[in-house]
Amino acid sequence: MFGDYSIGDLGSIFVMQGFAGLILFSVYVLMALGLAIIFGQMGVINMAHGEFMILGAYVTWMTSNLFQAYMPSLFGGYFFLAMILAFIASGALGMLVEWVLIRHLYKRPLDTLLATWGLSLMLQQAYRSVFGAREVGVELPQWMLGSLHVTDSIEVPINGVFVMGLTVLITVSVAYVLYLSRWGRQVRAVVQNRIMAGAVGINTEKVDRYTFGLGCGIAGVAGSAFTMIGSTGPTSGQLYIVDTFLVVVFGGAASLLGTIASAFSISQTQSTLEFFMSGSMAKVLTLLAVVGILMLRPQGLFALKVRK
Amino acid sequence: MGMAAVPAITMLPRVSFAQAPATSAVNTTGLAVTDTEVTVGILHSATGTMAISETGSIEAEKLAIEQINAAGGVLGRKIKFIQEDGASDWPTFAEKAKKLLVNDKVAAIMGCWTSASRKAVLPVVEQYNGMLYYPTFYEGLEQSKNVIYTGQEATQQILAGLNWIAKEKGAKTFFFIGSDYIWPRTSNKIARKHVENVLKGKVVGEEYYALGSTQFNSVINKIKLTKPDVIFTDVVGGSNVAFYKQLKAAGIDLAKQPLLTISVTEDEIDGIGGENIAGAYACMKYFQSLDNPNNKAFVPAFKKMWGEKTVIGDVTQAAYLGPWLWKLTVEKAGSFDVDKIAAASPGVEFKGAPEGYVRIHENHHLWSKTRVGRAKLDGQFELIYETADLVEPDPFPKGYQ
Repeated sequence: MFGDYSIGDLGSIFVMQGFAGLILFSVYVLMALGLAIIFGQMGVINMAHGEFMILGAYVTWMTSNLFQAYMPSLFGGYFFLAMILAFIASGALGMLVEWVLIRHLYKRPLDTLLATWGLSLMLQQAYRSVFGAREVGVELPQWMLGSLHVTDSIEVPINGVFVMGLTVLITVSVAYVLYLSRWGRQVRAVVQNRIMAGAVGINTEKVDRYTFGLGCGIAGVAGSAFTMIGSTGPTSGQLYIVDTFLVVVFGGAASLLGTIASAFSISQTQSTLEFFMSGSMAKVLTLLAVVGILMLRPQGLFALKVRK
Repeated sequence: MGMAAVPAITMLPRVSFAQAPATSAVNTTGLAVTDTEVTVGILHSATGTMAISETGSIEAEKLAIEQINAAGGVLGRKIKFIQEDGASDWPTFAEKAKKLLVNDKVAAIMGCWTSASRKAVLPVVEQYNGMLYYPTFYEGLEQSKNVIYTGQEATQQILAGLNWIAKEKGAKTFFFIGSDYIWPRTSNKIARKHVENVLKGKVVGEEYYALGSTQFNSVINKIKLTKPDVIFTDVVGGSNVAFYKQLKAAGIDLAKQPLLTISVTEDEIDGIGGENIAGAYACMKYFQSLDNPNNKAFVPAFKKMWGEKTVIGDVTQAAYLGPWLWKLTVEKAGSFDVDKIAAASPGVEFKGAPEGYVRIHENHHLWSKTRVGRAKLDGQFELIYETADLVEPDPFPKGYQ
């Protein structure tokens, strides 16, 4: 298939294709981080993850409308405020959900699947009733549109760079919080042994609530960022949920590093295959590879070594 | 007085409703027809994924029914509707269609949107002998006594658009990209045959992405590599938004790179954002911006009923035709009986159609014009081209299968 193209063309396409893979990687990490915390650390199968993301997207949409109406001069910077608001809104909703629903189900992890699936349906219908069934268009500030000219034939989308930067920032913060802060140690203690953690004086209920809130809040930020590349509608969250679980499960549920490694391998495989065959075939082959590897290594790529 | 603002419609010949014919004469098969009322069904998804698209159709059908009632009803009877929710679930569509036909004995059903829902309902309307008015442009390869297709079938929609862009832009190479299901695949098959056999051009790429896919960077790179004269797309749903945003972000300027879509109406642009798609060409039979007296009455009436901000896409307009065509057919047949309506349908013409003028063909599809519009920043289309004559519907096109 390359016969007809010049070396220069091919070179720049490989650069851009490599970049497309990196963007996909960032998107996967961003989607999966929130779930990795909730599913990985708490063992809760949160089927409503996509809806928490879409809450973030709707918050972004409302913020952009607000800025357009009242502060048009500051419109260029609204996106940063929107992401913070998205974090707060999704995080607050997450803590509420944990208090009402999830905390009664820690001993029955499979039931969380059913409960959160129901929650996702309820949230979808709520969005539909509040914001209407149609998709909304989130207007972006001018500087976030378009691409950077590197050379004549290499162009790098600005929103892709933005997503990559955001992903690095959030991943580093999450890693810091979970592995280096005092609170992170408490979280991991609660995950490993809830009763012992309680016995040494950790307020396990509080830790649970904040952990769930943090996971949902990150989902909200991801949703906010995805208004740049995807749609915002009541059911848009469903578009992400399968890939998200795929990344987290493949990476090994309890490992942050695993999530990153898995996002990297899935995104690179997919974007390379996409280039050589059609999009749907690439997806099929990627999924087959993941299933094959999971059959050989059911615990995922990285697993915590714990004494059984 | 939204209704008085429909001059072309009020000029239509109408039987006098002062002396409505006796129910026993116009209803010999036990449909839900009384001396003063006739019941029809509306069957769309008001909930679930498809609600985003089908809401417009529901709104248009209700508007048409209200207008018909304000103009005297059908054979002197007011139309009453029963609305059922297909909930974006195909078995539910079939079940509700059966309920409408068997329990409610509706005289006609305005409904379905996706091909999957139509295929689910089709055996039901055929078995219980109902009448379905189906609004969506679709892939063709179907014809039924019990269905009137008020949208365009694939050849009607595609061929004129391809001819136009080949002539106007001198296009020789095409890149196809679609969502991976029956409608885009069939449409692209027809488009490929037309490009290769009739236009003597070349298809340099044909790609499909799973429904709901949100990552198009790879295919965009392939487009950059192959440098097609025209990108031809039938991506649907949420993927649409992702595709156009990423296309723009990748630096492809639609003012310079011609793109022809058959899946983006004003409804979709709401979600995509006018700035992301401005400059793209869409091939449809209706645009909200059409400049004709019927449409100038239709758009304000629609907005008055459903709000200033609503937009009207191709399918919404086609859904609006359903109740009107049914009413005109009933009056032509002088009866509500389904068999008589099916037989009387060919030749029925609707001069008050917002798209201009339509007529039902022998094969139960509509003769209609095909138009090309260019997307503008404000989310509307500017009409660039329309076929001189009505295009004949050809659901089983020879040489394109």
